[in-house]
Amino acid sequence: MSNERLDVRKTYKLLINGAFPRSESGRSYEVTSSAGAFLGNVSWASRKDVREAVIAARAALSKWSGATAYNRGQVLYRIAEMMESRRDEFAAYVAASESLNDRESQSVVNETIDRIVWYAGWTDKVAQVLGGTNPVAGPFFNFSIPTPTGVIGVLAPQDSSLLGFVSSVLPALAVGNTVVAVSSERRPIPAVLLGEITATADVPAGVLNILSGVASELGPVLATHEDVDGLDLTGAGDLAGTLAADAATSIKRVFRPTALDLDWSASPGTRRLRAFVETSTVWHTVGQ
Amino acid sequence: MSELQHQSWSRLNDLEYAPAPESASIARLRDSYGLFIDGKFSDPGSHSQFVTLNPATEKPLATVAAGSSADVSRAVISARRAYDQVWSNMPGKERAKYLFRIARLIQERARELAVVETLDNGKPIRESRDVDIPLAAAHFFYYAGWADKLDHAGFGPNPQPLGVAGQIIPWNFPLLMAAWKLAPALAAGNTCVLKPAETTPLSALILAEILQQADLPPGVVNIVTGDGATGAALVSHPGIDKIAFTGSTEVGRRIQRELAPSGTHLTLELGGKGANIVFEDAPIDQAIEGIIDGIFFNQGHVCCAGSRLLVQESVASDVQRRLIRRVEQLRVGDPMDKNTDVGAINSAEQLSRINELVDAGVAEGATRYSNSCDVPDAGYWFNPTVFTEVSQTHRIAREEIFGPVLSVLTFRTPEEAVAKANNTQYGLACGVWSEKGSRTLWVAERLRAGVIWSNTYNKFDPTSPFGGVRESGFGREGGRHGLEAYLNV
Repeated sequence: MSNERLDVRKTYKLLINGAFPRSESGRSYEVTSSAGAFLGNVSWASRKDVREAVIAARAALSKWSGATAYNRGQVLYRIAEMMESRRDEFAAYVAASESLNDRESQSVVNETIDRIVWYAGWTDKVAQVLGGTNPVAGPFFNFSIPTPTGVIGVLAPQDSSLLGFVSSVLPALAVGNTVVAVSSERRPIPAVLLGEITATADVPAGVLNILSGVASELGPVLATHEDVDGLDLTGAGDLAGTLAADAATSIKRVFRPTALDLDWSASPGTRRLRAFVETSTVWHTVGQ
Repeated sequence: MSELQHQSWSRLNDLEYAPAPESASIARLRDSYGLFIDGKFSDPGSHSQFVTLNPATEKPLATVAAGSSADVSRAVISARRAYDQVWSNMPGKERAKYLFRIARLIQERARELAVVETLDNGKPIRESRDVDIPLAAAHFFYYAGWADKLDHAGFGPNPQPLGVAGQIIPWNFPLLMAAWKLAPALAAGNTCVLKPAETTPLSALILAEILQQADLPPGVVNIVTGDGATGAALVSHPGIDKIAFTGSTEVGRRIQRELAPSGTHLTLELGGKGANIVFEDAPIDQAIEGIIDGIFFNQGHVCCAGSRLLVQESVASDVQRRLIRRVEQLRVGDPMDKNTDVGAINSAEQLSRINELVDAGVAEGATRYSNSCDVPDAGYWFNPTVFTEVSQTHRIAREEIFGPVLSVLTFRTPEEAVAKANNTQYGLACGVWSEKGSRTLWVAERLRAGVIWSNTYNKFDPTSPFGGVRESGFGREGGRHGLEAYLNV
C-alpha cells in the first residue's frame, strides 16, 4: 500500500460572479453517495450568499441580455463542448449521487449534453417563434418581441442532479435572463461541476450563479428578494405554495412544474423557455 | 498656419498605405481535385479537368474535375442511398450535432477559407474574412439549431423533408451560397448534390474536406464541380426531388420551364436591379457610405446590389458631388491586400459584359465618372463607375450589370420614388434612406422587393429571410422561412 499514491480531493465551492468562494457563513455540510459513502464537504450557502449572487446576476443582466442571440448560442454550445470533454467525471458523480449504474449515468450525461445543445439552438429562434408582427387596423407597423424577464431564482430539482439542473437553468439563460440557482441539497456535486465548466466556456461572470445549500432555507430569501424577477419552484417541495405567495409581493413570475415538466427525459418543448420572457410590443406610424 | 503645421499637414496628404498582403500559402491548395461523391474524393485523373484561375493574376490555382452526367448520376444515387438509409431516419438532434460540428470546423479553418475564397473569386480579403466566412459558419450554426425543432417552425407537427436536393450556386459568394443551400436542406433532413460555379469551385472542395472531418455520413452531401452542362445534367436528373438555383434570371427561367412537367420542387434566387432611395431628410454622410457599400461591395457582383440610386431632387447635386468624391477614394487592386476596397472582376466573360453595358450607358447619353485608381496589368479589373443623368429607359437603368457600376436617377415625391423603384422586372432588394421612420415604412409597404433595408444596405444574417419577388425568383433562404424550401409542407 505504501506505493499507492494518495489522491488530491476537491473542495466543492459556490459560484458567485464568476468566482468560487466558500460560503461567507463558513458553513459546509457533508454530502454522501446514496449508498452512504463520503463524497465531500460542500459549501452551505447562506442568506447573504444569496444576496451577493443576486447582485452579481443583476449586474450581468444588461451584458447577457444585450449580447446577440448568436453569441449567447455560441456560449451555451461551448458548455456542451466542455461537458463532453469531462463526461466521465460527470457520469461518475451522477452515478454516485443518484445511485445509477455506469450505463445509466452515461445516458444521463448524454441527454444533458444534448439538452444543452437543444437550448443553444433556441437562443436565436425564440424571437421568431414567440414574436411577430401584428396587423393592427390602422397606419401602423406593429410588432412584438420577447424580452428576458431579468434575474431568475431557480430552485433546482432535488432528484435529477444534472439533467434536471440543466433543464431548469438553461432555458432561462437561453432567452437572456441571468440566474441564481440553488442546487439539489443532497446531490449538489454535478451542479457544482457544471459551474466549474461555465468558467471555461466564456459564460460571463454573474450570468449563472450556483449555490449549494438547503432549498427550504434559501428559497424564502429568493422569493422575498425585491430584485429577483422570476422564480422557478421545481425543487421547492412542500414550500412551493408559500414561496409562490411570497413571490406576489414584487409580482415575480413563478414557474411551478406540472408532472409533465418533471419527466426530464421527455422532449422539453417550450414551456420553460416561455416561463421567463416578457412580450414587448412596438407601434410605429406609417405615412409619407 | 504655422510652418510646422503646414509641413505636417502636407505630409498627411502624402501618406500612402503600405501594402498589407495576406499570404497565399495559407490556402494549402492541392494541384488537382476530383469530385466529392459518397464521402470520398474521386481520382482527379478519372475526369476531364478544367483550370480555375485567380482573376487578379490570370494564373491557374488548381485543376478541377468537370463532372459528367454519369458523375451526376452517381452523386444522385449516393444521395438517395444516404437519404433512405441514414439521414431521413436520423433523429433531428443527431443531425443538429453534425451541423454544429460543420459550423465549428468552418470557424476553425476560417482564415484558410478566406484566402481560398479571395484567390478563386477575386474579392477583397477583408470581405471574405469579415463577411463570407463568418456568415457561412453562422448559417450552419443557426440551421443546426432548427434540425431538432422543426415542430416549432410553424409548418405543423412533424414536417417531412423532400428527399434529394440538387443545388446550383453562383460564383459571387461561393462558400456562403453553399452554406445557404446546404444548411437548411440538411437541417430539414434532405440529402444534397451541390454544383459549385465553374469559376469558383475551390472553397466548396475545402468544405468537402470539412464534411469529412465532421464524419458526416457518406452521400449526405455530394459536390460535383463543372460548368453549365454539369448543372443542366443535375436539373434534368429524374432522381432529384428538389432544385434550388441561384444565378441569372435567364437560366432560372429555363430551369422553371424544364421542371414544369415533372413538378419537381423548385426555388430560384435570381437577378436584381435594386434601388437605393435617398430622401432629402436622409442622414447624408451615412447614406453615401451605404450607397458605396450597396454597389461596390464585392465588385458589385451581388444580386441584391443597389445598382440604381434614386435621389430626391432637392439634395441630388449635393449627394452626387459627395458620392463622386467618395468613389475616387476607393482603392482598387490586389484582393489579397487588406487595404483593398474593390478587388478583381471574377472572369473575363463578366468583364466584357460590364464593358458592353457601360459602353451602352455612354452611347445612350448618360454621364460617366470613373475612379482613377491604377490597376495591375494582369487580371480582370473595372474601376468603380457612377453614371448620372440616367433615364429609366437606358439599358444601365434596366439591365443587371453585376459589376461596380451605379446609375443615378432623381425623383420629387415619395410616390414617384416608389413608381421608379418598382419600374423593373426584378424585385430582390431596395434601400430607403430617411430619418423619418413613418415615411420609410410607408415606402417599404409599397416597394415590390423581397428585402428592404432602411438606413443601411447589404446586411445579411442567417436568421433573416432573403429572396425575391417577380423575376428575382421565389422561395426564401435564411430564417424560419428558409426551412420551407426544404420541407414537404
